[in-house]
Amino acid sequence: MSRPELQAPPEIYYGDTEAKKYTKNTRNQQIQADMTYRALELLNLPPDEPAFLLDIGCGSGLSGEILDEEGYLWAGVDIAPSMLEVALEREVEGDLFLQDIGQGFGFRPGSFDGAISISVLQWLLNAETSHPTSSPPHRLNRFFTTLHSALRNPSRAVFQFYPSSDDQIQLITSIAQKAGFGGGVVVDYPNSNKARKVFLCLYVGGGGGQQQQIPQGLDGDVVEDGKVRFEKRRARDLRKDKNGKRKSQKVIDRDWILRKKELYRKRGKESVPRDSKFTGRKRKPVF
Amino acid sequence: MVRLLTHNLLACHVKGCTSNNFPLQFQNVQIELREADFNADFLKNFLPKLEWKALVDSAKDLGDTSLPLEQPEMLDDEFLKNLHHVLLEIHVEEGSMTCPNCKHSYPISNGIPNMLLAEHEIG
Repeated sequence: MSRPELQAPPEIYYGDTEAKKYTKNTRNQQIQADMTYRALELLNLPPDEPAFLLDIGCGSGLSGEILDEEGYLWAGVDIAPSMLEVALEREVEGDLFLQDIGQGFGFRPGSFDGAISISVLQWLLNAETSHPTSSPPHRLNRFFTTLHSALRNPSRAVFQFYPSSDDQIQLITSIAQKAGFGGGVVVDYPNSNKARKVFLCLYVGGGGGQQQQIPQGLDGDVVEDGKVRFEKRRARDLRKDKNGKRKSQKVIDRDWILRKKELYRKRGKESVPRDSKFTGRKRKPVF
Repeated sequence: MVRLLTHNLLACHVKGCTSNNFPLQFQNVQIELREADFNADFLKNFLPKLEWKALVDSAKDLGDTSLPLEQPEMLDDEFLKNLHHVLLEIHVEEGSMTCPNCKHSYPISNGIPNMLLAEHEIG
């Protein structure tokens, strides 16, 4: 199984069963909680003011519950109706919206004191249709520009996400910068394959006397206190061979070869060999 | 769970709909009252962000007229209590919100407004 975001669009992947499964899983709850606390830490809100936050991709309200506990008021948006339904059942305090973040927000300028988003941005990196407004750069651009205006000056937005390559980080940060954000990427536990977490820390404003500094990522050895540090379904991606490449799939059988050839022909690739009775046959050992 | 707190921040985000797109008008609403914790500091901090006239008008639409037409200079306890009630305790459960400019209607069901746009409306 590959990454969730490659299997189906979020509103379909997180259908009724997956939404319940995801929310009930104590492992997920623990990870989500850890990451939410870390995101709040990076958000660095003034301690004595009750802030109004935006939870982007709030899902079933796992992170929202923590915001409730910490005494923040919040509004959450998510695209998966089933997840929001679970959030309603769990009676979180925030206001929920069914919204596609790639379509942009309609919030008035300066509405929020900060924004957090746990495990969401990677979902914006796949195009679902060929319409120009559904290309990832367009959606990211729309998302970041409308988010930038919805945030108060100065404030921060912290996104935890699972990039599958450095190019993706590059794409996201460059679009965020064009939208007017400052800041950058913070990587926690960069030397651990499993516990490694990528946070995008974005700033609105913050110029003038007090320049905002990108916080340091957590480093050193992962504290072994019996807690889970990674999502299992993500860890599957990490199976690599000793050269650091992902293990390639072996040629399986004749059907597989025929299917591949058919695919290449459909794509218009030239010089695809003809199919014959010899296709996919083993050579004799005497050859 | 649309409360006036977030409703007061919400404008229409349809493509090209940039003026007169606030506040969204409530239609056919069912409301529910739920008590919430009173937090005076939060209200005081939030006050500068509010569009007062829009808030009073929308509160009137929902049948609450406890707020004064002009935003008062002095914040006394009674005013804050009323503001708390209007902002945080009135939940719109069913109905819809319509943009005064482009007439796009955002349906609310189960307390969750559907903000999804059709392909041609995306900016």
